[in-house]
Amino acid sequence: MSRPRTLLLAALALCAAGSVFSGSINPYYHDILIMIGINILLAASLNLIIGHTGQFSLGHAGFMAVGAYSSAWITIAWGASAGWLAYLSALFAGGVAAAAAGLAVGVPSLRLRGDYLAIVTLGFGEIIKGVIQNAEPLGAQRGLGGMAQHTNFFWTFACVALAIYGITTLVHSTYGSGFLAVRDDEIAAEAMGINTTKYKVLAFVIGAFVAGIAGGLYAHFKQFIHPEGFSFLRSVDIVVMVILGGMGSTAGVCLAAVVLTVLPEFLRSVSDYPWLPAPVRELAENRMILYSILIVVLMLTRPQGLFGKLDFGRKKP
Amino acid sequence: MLVSAVCLPGIFAAISAEPILVGEVASLTGASASFGQSSHEGTELAVAEINAAGGVLGRPILLITEDDQSQAGQPATIVRKLISQDKVVAVLGEVASSKSLEAAPICQQNKIPMITPASTNPKVTEVGDHIFRICFIDPFQGTVCSKFAREMGWKKVAVLTDVKQDYSVGLTECFMRDFTANGGEIVKEQKFSSGDKDFKPQLTSIKAARPDAVFVPGYYAEVPLIAKQARLLGIKIPFLGGDGWVGDSLLKVAGSALDGSFFSAHFSSEDQSPKVRNFVETFRAKYGGMPDDMAALGYDSAMILAAAIRAACTTDPAALRDAIAATKDHDGVTGRISLDERRNASKPAVILTIRDGGFHFVKKVEP
Repeated sequence: MSRPRTLLLAALALCAAGSVFSGSINPYYHDILIMIGINILLAASLNLIIGHTGQFSLGHAGFMAVGAYSSAWITIAWGASAGWLAYLSALFAGGVAAAAAGLAVGVPSLRLRGDYLAIVTLGFGEIIKGVIQNAEPLGAQRGLGGMAQHTNFFWTFACVALAIYGITTLVHSTYGSGFLAVRDDEIAAEAMGINTTKYKVLAFVIGAFVAGIAGGLYAHFKQFIHPEGFSFLRSVDIVVMVILGGMGSTAGVCLAAVVLTVLPEFLRSVSDYPWLPAPVRELAENRMILYSILIVVLMLTRPQGLFGKLDFGRKKP
Repeated sequence: MLVSAVCLPGIFAAISAEPILVGEVASLTGASASFGQSSHEGTELAVAEINAAGGVLGRPILLITEDDQSQAGQPATIVRKLISQDKVVAVLGEVASSKSLEAAPICQQNKIPMITPASTNPKVTEVGDHIFRICFIDPFQGTVCSKFAREMGWKKVAVLTDVKQDYSVGLTECFMRDFTANGGEIVKEQKFSSGDKDFKPQLTSIKAARPDAVFVPGYYAEVPLIAKQARLLGIKIPFLGGDGWVGDSLLKVAGSALDGSFFSAHFSSEDQSPKVRNFVETFRAKYGGMPDDMAALGYDSAMILAAAIRAACTTDPAALRDAIAATKDHDGVTGRISLDERRNASKPAVILTIRDGGFHFVKKVEP
């Protein structure tokens, strides 16, 4: 058995073992843990699009919304009898719906590059939000609630392990080098006979699929979703994780997702830590200022990303 | 003396004087910060007053406030923190219905009572038997406006509804049902969508129907534009609306176009009852500005919780839930509040009029 596959099995076993204890974790920490998992999925999938393939996208929250709403709609329609099987199929269907949305945005817009593509994806995210805001069956502006809380530690982190395994093995495979070629030099890649459009669309479809799964997990964890939760700002949050983690480094991006999820919650209680100097505690009263300062500091000290060139499945240079 | 005779455990608790922890989730920053800040100030003021008077059951109340930045996803996390980390006995908040709907399932699962000061969406309290609200729900305002219209002697009324807002559609339905059932006549029904800028076609057709007044249950963004265009078309009759009118920009945009119009609201700082006078003065002394609806509702939410703790003689969430559910004729700054079996408040609304660039108190309409 190859090394990555052994690691995947080990990670899944770890999830199963962890889920035994998840009931005894303080629900607040449990909430943060699940949000870490969901954010890792979002950041790792956006990293495939931005980091590995070099296509700047500002519409990731839109894909998440498609996954969240379609999976929620399915489990609600299923009714009270919806068990874990219904939940899993809803998650998968949410991922597929998001992938279809990824295809829909990918095919026409990937002829654009750089800033132009960013604007189109931004518009796409807002269109999805706008459609949901006006769709009566999805609760429109009132939001959609009533899903059971199916998402737990095991399913979240099993999805994380599978997604990381899938993305890393893909980009490190011979076939996957096409993504990196498109990023490094599109014209040269095309001259070498690589179908750049196909790779770009593929990156969008896979990225959107994983984001859709993350949306489904989110919907069945928070049990209430609202179009405002999938706004442009949410997309920017995910982009920040990718940039801070180091574009193209899945390990770095995952770490950034962990840091950026824990940090605002940690800062919530900083004023309670007596061992911190008084000015820091006072600053923490405005925790979002401290949060922004920390991001600036991280960006200045680690412009190459938290892990630099190090990544899963890559030998040290 | 009576209190201590009834609440024996209170005396023992007084010796330890451990604070009673109450959680508050509010949007102190972000899009709905102006609402969140107001309700937070009201809540804080109430807690300060309760503690200055010796607290409840001999123990002070400690309010633990967390900011949700007006972001979806945050309230659920915050409520989990408040309940599992801080071990609060009850949760106050949120103002926005979409945030309360996120927090409510968590409180319900943990069997911790939650009181929202200002979420008007009927679905919020339907989440479960631990979720309460102390504001009236949207449909009630429609009935209040109809009652007021009849008292004003208006026989023929035209309605102009914002079809994009549930709030507006709900108010219109209830208004029309009550108004026609009591002998009034709806002479014209017109519609618009939030974001519209030109209302002349609708207004022209309303003018032709010659109503005594126009019912416009819209929000403060469109209402002043409607009023201005109506005056340009020579429509001089008064407008009538709901609490969606309350907003700084209403008077700035409308100028004098809305003078002589009326709307229903939760609270008026001009109310002359001693309770309200006292609240307005202490609020101004502490924060400088005049308290608005949200501040008054925040204040009442904390006061009702304190009264319930006193009545329950304990902070045990189950007993506390029953005590909140039994709230009857609580004398609050937003009126006499009773909670019905569906955990919604039954209470009066106030009618305000617009004159000389300000809102002025007209009367209280009982349910």
